[in-house]
Amino acid sequence: MKNSSTGNYLFSNLICIVVAISCVFPLIWMISSSLKTQQTVFSDMSIIPSNPQWQNYYIAWTKGNFGTYFFNSVFYTVVVVFGIILIASMSAYAISKLHFFGKNFIFILLISTMMIPIPGAFVALYVLLNKLGLVNTRIGYILCQINGGLALGIFILKTFFDKIPKELEDAARIDGCNKWQAYLHIALPLARPAIMVVAIFNVLAVWNEYLLAMLILSDKSLMPLQRGLMVFQGAHITQYPLLMAGITITTLPVVVIYLLMQRHIISGIIAGALKG
Amino acid sequence: MSRIKDSITSFLFVVPALLMFIVFSVYPFLKVFQLSVFDWDGIARTMKFIGLNNFKNIFTLDNAFWISMRNAGFITFLALTFQNTLAFFLAHIVDSEIRGKNFYRTIFFLPPVLSGIVVGLIWNWIYNSDYGLLNKFLIWLGFSNLARAWLSDPQTALLSVSIIHMWKGFGWGFVIFLAGLQGIPRDLYEAARVDGASETQILTKITIPIMIPIFFLVSILTILGTMQIYDIIVSTTGGGPGFHTEVPITRIIASMLGSSRFGYACAQGIVFGLVLLFISLLQIKLSQNLRSE
Repeated sequence: MKNSSTGNYLFSNLICIVVAISCVFPLIWMISSSLKTQQTVFSDMSIIPSNPQWQNYYIAWTKGNFGTYFFNSVFYTVVVVFGIILIASMSAYAISKLHFFGKNFIFILLISTMMIPIPGAFVALYVLLNKLGLVNTRIGYILCQINGGLALGIFILKTFFDKIPKELEDAARIDGCNKWQAYLHIALPLARPAIMVVAIFNVLAVWNEYLLAMLILSDKSLMPLQRGLMVFQGAHITQYPLLMAGITITTLPVVVIYLLMQRHIISGIIAGALKG
Repeated sequence: MSRIKDSITSFLFVVPALLMFIVFSVYPFLKVFQLSVFDWDGIARTMKFIGLNNFKNIFTLDNAFWISMRNAGFITFLALTFQNTLAFFLAHIVDSEIRGKNFYRTIFFLPPVLSGIVVGLIWNWIYNSDYGLLNKFLIWLGFSNLARAWLSDPQTALLSVSIIHMWKGFGWGFVIFLAGLQGIPRDLYEAARVDGASETQILTKITIPIMIPIFFLVSILTILGTMQIYDIIVSTTGGGPGFHTEVPITRIIASMLGSSRFGYACAQGIVFGLVLLFISLLQIKLSQNLRSE
């Protein structure tokens, strides 16, 4: 009895460790290959290259255009996430704490995009952007993505605002705050944990977005990293070390943010999934 | 009077969201239906009304579209069975026996955090016929006859892509399953053990029945997520060889950008959307039936 449970324990641990290695190894391999030369990358099987080629990163950043892609990605991510938080928190606050005609209907409407998959919508979205003259512009790409993040943002923030006691609001209003001040100075600071969840969630989503970037953006100077990676791989398919350097540049920020914030991310995902 | 004014200033808070929603969600949604009955190249000023011909063509002529649906269905089937079984199995052992829950949770959720493009490009290399790691490993093990061009061999392309997708996706299920398992009161297990239940009985008689709603939830997320797979396909096979790894989204984009048939692309989107809706409703119905029993 004792033996079999120890055996079980070892076996379970072994499986988990093997799976864990399979999760991490491709990333380690990616970094390791990014530091090899074009000549050694296919023959040198070492994890830590004896002569790391750090200039691969410089070449990818400058000649490979990843510097531009990187700043574009940072720009899009910051603007989109800021836009989502601003617009979503305003409407979530109003729906949770204020009174106006038809607010429940509006709430259902705004979060309905979370439930209904419309796989062809991007075709019409492209047609719309074309009409508005927003194809191949930063603003077109940004607006589409803000809209994409609103439903979940409103849902998470509204749920959070619902839990804030009404007395806090009333006290602020009695002290002479108007609605905007109450929202800005009372509700928003209190909602910081929920805002964190929305922010991190969308940072990952925007940073990793590819389909819209592919449809909307055709100038290299406007492209984010995911799109840039595909362009680079199309043009220099054999330059593996540089490609791997590009992938590392694309991946490292996400992995760092994830490792720092993983509790928020995972609890956000669980909350979102279990409620939905 | 002041109540009306109050209502209006409150309403102003939702105006930005409503505007965004109407322009970027409602309009495209309706536009898809409108375009689906036209023949239009996306540029011309006039569109030719052709009624339901686009839909007729999808059902009668468009073999590639149904192949793509079948391919996505195949990947989804593997994801539902292998991926979710692995996710549950891992969640179960991490929940019951192992120290370092947070460690494993962090590591297993790493692939879902990466983008589909990045994952595809890395695996591209692992699968590469000449210098890919997988072939090198097989040769090193002495199975050089198994080595092949995994992503361009018609026999293995779809399976290889599925494995990438499952590698990237099992962490989702794992995290949700683990949260569900940790919500089960430990007293239940203790009581069962005192009554002499074996670990297998505890698993099949207590744990799994409690987890059924969560199984449904994860299944529905898996189906919707996998059927709409795109990034991994585009960064590995692009749909090839032949149509062996085509999926519905790559077909819609091919109609739109490849052959400039915007109306047809919309019709494909609607048919695909209806299939997804049907699966979702079926799932909800099934879970309600199970719950009421």
